This record gives sequence, structure tokens and C-alpha cells, in this order.
Amino acid sequence: MEQSRNLSQLHPGQRARVARIDTAGAMRRRLMDLGLTPHTEVMCLGHSPLGDPSAYLIRGAVIAIRAKDSQNIMIETE
Amino acid sequence: MGLTSHSTGTKALDSGLVIQRQNAEDKVIALAGNPNVGKSTIFNSLTGMKQHTGNWPGKTVANAQGRYTCEGRTCILVDLPGTYSLMAHSAEEEIARNFLCFGKPDAIAVVCDASCLERNLNLVLQTMEISSRVVVCVNLTDEAEKKGIRIQTELLSQKLGVPVIPTVARNKKSLPALTHALCRMTQRTEPSVYHVRYPEPVEKALSILIPVLQEKTGGQPDSRWLALRLLDADDSLLGEMRHGLGDDFLEDKNMKDALKQASDLLLKSGIDTEAFRDLITASLVAEAEKLCQDVVLMERPVYQFRDWKLDHLLTSRLFGYPAMILLLAFLLWLTITGANYPSQALAALLFRFQDLLTALSGRLHAPEWLHGMLVLGIYRVVAWVVSVMLPPMAVFFPLFTLLEDMGYLPRLAYNLDKPFQCCHACGKQALCMAMGFGCNAAGVTGCRIIDSDRERLLAILTNSFVPCNGRFPTLIALIAIFFAGMSKGLWSSFLCALLLTLMILLGIGMTFAVTWLLSVTLLKGMPSAFTLELPPYRRPQVGSVIVRSIFDRTLFVLGRAVAVAIPAGLLIWIMANVTAGGTSLLELCASFLDPLAGLMGLDGVILIAFLLGFPANEIVMPVIFMAYLSQGTLMEPGSFAAMKTLLLSHGWTWMTAVSMLLFSLFHWPCSTTLLTIHKETKSLKWTALAALLPTAAGILLCMLFTGACRIFALIG
Repeated sequence: MEQSRNLSQLHPGQRARVARIDTAGAMRRRLMDLGLTPHTEVMCLGHSPLGDPSAYLIRGAVIAIRAKDSQNIMIETE
Repeated sequence: MGLTSHSTGTKALDSGLVIQRQNAEDKVIALAGNPNVGKSTIFNSLTGMKQHTGNWPGKTVANAQGRYTCEGRTCILVDLPGTYSLMAHSAEEEIARNFLCFGKPDAIAVVCDASCLERNLNLVLQTMEISSRVVVCVNLTDEAEKKGIRIQTELLSQKLGVPVIPTVARNKKSLPALTHALCRMTQRTEPSVYHVRYPEPVEKALSILIPVLQEKTGGQPDSRWLALRLLDADDSLLGEMRHGLGDDFLEDKNMKDALKQASDLLLKSGIDTEAFRDLITASLVAEAEKLCQDVVLMERPVYQFRDWKLDHLLTSRLFGYPAMILLLAFLLWLTITGANYPSQALAALLFRFQDLLTALSGRLHAPEWLHGMLVLGIYRVVAWVVSVMLPPMAVFFPLFTLLEDMGYLPRLAYNLDKPFQCCHACGKQALCMAMGFGCNAAGVTGCRIIDSDRERLLAILTNSFVPCNGRFPTLIALIAIFFAGMSKGLWSSFLCALLLTLMILLGIGMTFAVTWLLSVTLLKGMPSAFTLELPPYRRPQVGSVIVRSIFDRTLFVLGRAVAVAIPAGLLIWIMANVTAGGTSLLELCASFLDPLAGLMGLDGVILIAFLLGFPANEIVMPVIFMAYLSQGTLMEPGSFAAMKTLLLSHGWTWMTAVSMLLFSLFHWPCSTTLLTIHKETKSLKWTALAALLPTAAGILLCMLFTGACRIFALIG
């Protein structure tokens, strides 16, 4: 059975679907406004030179998210 | 943005946005949309104005307004800051939301990026809940087509019940369809036909609230939307609503009962406020997804491999930082080489003209003091400003704007987020810092893209630690004179660019150091949430960028510098020629400042020049030359060699040059920047600190450097 993983563990080139967002308040709102709702497909595009933040392809747009925040985005890999 | 308080029309609550209607017939059109979808380009094309455009999200941080006529009617177009949503999180998003909700625009154009329509539709759907007078503008269709994305605008229009206009903002021919649709839309009276259906419990709660609201407000603002916001319990919006609808609005008994009943109903279904917000957002996103299924035709995956390859290089572990530095050095090298020839030609021309003026005044038998004041005072300083300062500015600014247009700046923020994070600050500060290279005042205004107040303040206070366009020429001249040799070869221009790059890296290093220092002392706190959109790279509009940055920006800045140089030149001439007890005023003042200046490795004249350069940094070098010349030295003007002779004859060494470089990099921000800081922080205390920090850093560094040199007795 697939272990529960979070977005920060995704390697460049890998895809996954959002399971749930484990954070509340402003960050949760912002992520959802960007279209990061459950079942949304996300692809990791790469990391910045120092490894954090990372860039993700979300609904056709490239969004950079810090590891601190992406750790709270649970994913299911296909 | 020059919005004044003497207004005649509607005022968007609390946002400071004032609409200047010339007569009651004028129509107000709001331009809304996600960040970086080309709103400002559309705004400029329609109004013929020159709102600054650039390829990074959040560039329009203040509202701009302009006019155009359509079908014989004057329309006032308001360019709102970009927002993803109307459930606002940041100051700029709040401004946009407040204007759409309470500014009562006659029509709203929601601009969308055709390449990611799905996400953009979220905002369209939210806007349509507020107003029925919406026109959807699907912009950047040319870019989308290149990616193999086609939007069936007719179909989308049928589904939404509002006009959907495809545009290519850079091509003006596509815009009349938009303006006509907007014009017709201002007449629309019937309500929206399209509504997002929310899950059943939400709809039930809404059906309790809507009739009560309808009775209470007459449907202004839209009752369904208002009901949603009441259930959402968004505090900032509730405050605005009290403003707009009167204090007693929520105190009304019927209203309170209905709200209680509706909330209880939601709670019974297990929906608290947080869950409610999730439901609303998720429903909107799902609706947008559903709409796009038929409307968007995709030939291949969206993400562009060209972008991916570029990003792979420009943000990679190995090449990210070297690429950044190389790009900076290359930009500076182009500036130095490109400015060299025009600078010499201008100097030759202007100083030949000075000789003519002198000859003319001799022939007219003008009194010596008049000739001195006008020619040796005013004309000479202005000539210096134009010949030494103008060419580098005229080359650097367009180059920088091209880089901005291409979309590199967000990558800069992406690369530098981690170091800023370590300083408990926000990566977007890198964007503001980059803007600071163009103009510190613009950089300070740009700090509004940072959501957290603490992090924004950090960015504002440290913005002047990177040199602006007005300080580059000083740095270039000093490096060229003292360090990069006089030879005109390729090597010396490389060396000059390299040294200048090092100076700028020092500035960036200080930015980090001071940011960190502030974040562990005065502005303690943890880094806040951060998301940053990396827009696709775009081919820059070379022609328009060059024209715009030279005419709007460079000439404007030059005008300001000349306006400051005239009185400064006059003042220096008077000071040099009015004597008290055998010594001139200039010498008196200089000798008063000499002790402090001496400790810093400078001299009194240099400090006077910096003080006079407070309104415009561009005049510092010219004032120094002028002051030295008025002390009786003669020189053949124009060449770096002549400048070096002049400076050497006034006791300069390479140490003076280094101290001067350091002090040009770190001293008080110019008056415009300080005024902007005051406007942004609304606090004299922070403004004073913003002036104090770089000044203290500059004085300290100069003293340390000079002291160290003296201890090691590096000079003979």
C-alpha cells in the first residue's frame, strides 16, 4: 500500500495528485486559489539552486513553493 | 501613482483609489485579472499611457487610471493589481476586491491568460458573482496557439452568458472588439444568468439569507454574493461592508436571525467556517475545470520544453548562481562599452559649445560674474551631468527593462529565496531589489508584492543598499578612472565590468547582512507563507522597450537631474567665488567637513557634493569636478585621463577612489526614495531608519577601510 507522502518528496519530473492540504489559514487559501485542490495533478519541475523552494506545474502554471509549505500538501502517486 | 485627493467621483473604500470623472456620463471600466496576464499592456494600448509593464507577477501594485473614447463616450479605465482570487490575502488583492465590490465600476473586464485559462476562470467566476457586467478577455492567444492551445471563445461565451473576447494585447488590432463589448456591457441591466452551484447545504443556507438581504439592500451589492461573504465571515471584508452599507447593517434583528439560522444549518452538516471556505474554493475550481473541458482544446501537454530547458539552466544547482552573476556582469559590460563613445562625443561637443559661450559673452562685454555664474557655474555642471551620467543610464535602463520583459526577474526571486529565507525574509524581496537597480523609489513601491508587513518593511528598509541607475555612472567613472586603466581595449572594459559587478555583489551582500540584522533585532519574526508564480519566458518587445525606457524614463530622470544641477552649479560657483576673510565659502565649508571626511578617506568637497546630490544622485560627480575646477585648476575636459589629472591634483589616491565607491554605494537614499518610503510606511521613524542604515554602513565601511589602509601604511 502506498505510504502517505507529501509534495516536498516529489522528485523533478514526477507527477502526483493532491490528496489533502494539512495547513490552515492564509496559506491554505492561497494554495487553493492557485488551483491546488484535492485530486489536482501536480508535477515537480525542479528545485532552486539551494534545493528550496521547488517549482511545480499546477494547472498549467509554474508555481514555486517552499519545502516548509509543501510538506503539508499530502499527495498520492499513481 | 499621482492620484490626488481632489476628486469628483466614487471613492473605493479604504484603498485610496479615487476616480476622476470629468462628467457624469463618463463610464468607469475596471481591468481585473490574475497577475501577469497583460493587463497593463492592454491598459497602455487603450489609453495611450505608459504604465510600466514587465514580465513578473505583481508589477502593478498601485492603481493606474487612464481614459479612452469608445462610441463617442469617455471611458475611465482602472488597471487593478493582479489577483488570483477576490477572497483577499494581501494588501493589493484587497485593493482590487474593494474596487470591484464597492467602487461600482460600470463594466469589468477580466483579463485571462489563454495558456492557463482554467486557473484564470476562478477569478472570472468570482467576479461574475459580484457583477453581471463582466466581459471576459482571453489574452495572449498568440502565445497559447504556439503551445498548441486553442480556446473556443464562442462556446465559453454561450456557457457563461457574457461576451468572451480573444485578444493579443501586443497587437492593437485585436482590442476594438474588447472596447465595443465593454461599451455595450455598461448598458446591461439584467442580472447574471450563470451561477456556480455550491453543494446542497450551502445552497440551502444561501436561500435563507438571500431574501433578507434582497429586502435590506435592494440587491446592491449582489445578494447571493453578499450572503456567501457573510457565511465566509471574512473580517476584512465585513469591515468594508459596514463602511459601504452602514454600521447597523449586521445589527438588524432579521439579519442576525437569518445569519444564525444559516450558520446553524451549515454546522449541522459539519461545515464550519474553515470547511465552508474550502467548499467554496473547491467548487469554484471544479466549476472552472468543468468549463474548460469543452472550451480548451489542447494539442499537446501545456508546459513548454523551451522554458523547461532555460529554467533548467538558469535555476540549476550548478549554474543558477554563476549564470546570475554572468548575466549581471554582461549587462554592465554592455553598459560600459555602449556608453563610452557617446559619452566622449557628448563631452567634446558640449565643452566646445562652452568655449563658444565664453567667446560670445566676451564679445557682448558681459560682466565677469555673470559669465562665471551662467557658463562656469550652471552650464558646466549641466554639461557634466549630460555627458558623464546620461549615456550609461540611457544604455543600462533599456537593457534592464528587456531582462524584465523576458521574465528573468521571477527566476531571480526563485534562486534567492533560500538566502532570504535564512534572513527570515521573503524571496520576493529579490524582485524589489532588482527593481532598485533601475530606481530605488520604484523598488520601494514594488515591495507591496510582499504579503507580510514585517517582510515588506525589511525589503523597504534595505532597498537602497543596491545602487540605482543614477549611481551607476558615478561607479563606472570612478572605476574607469582609477582601476580599469585608460586603454580603450577590450580588456579594460572587461576589468571595469568585473569590478563594478563586485561592487554590486557587495551591495547585495550588505542587503542580506542588514536584512538579517534587522530580522534578529527590530523586526523579529518567522518567515511567512510564500508562493511565487514563474511566468513563461516571453520574447521582449525590443522596440517599444527601448523607446519607452529612453523617453519616459531616462529623459525624465535626466530632466530631474538637470533641474537639480542648475541650482547646485549656481550655488557651488557662488560658494567658490564669495570670500570671507580671504577664503572662499566653499573652502570654509569643505574645511568644516574635512575632519569627518578625512576619517572616511574622503575630503570636504566630496561630502558637500553628496549633500547637494540628495535630490538627485546623478549630480555628485559633476559637482565634485565643478568644485575642484572653481578652485583654480584648469583642465582639458571630457576624457577620463583629464578627470584623473584633476582628481590627482586635489590629493586623490586610489584609496580616495575606493572610499568614494563605498560611499556612493552606501549613503542616504535620494529625496524621492525617502518620500516614497514615507508614503509606503506612513512612519517618520522607519523613514529615518531607512536613511540612517545605509549612511551608517557607508561611514563605517569607509572608516574601516581607511583605517586599515593607514595601519598597514599601504601608501608609501
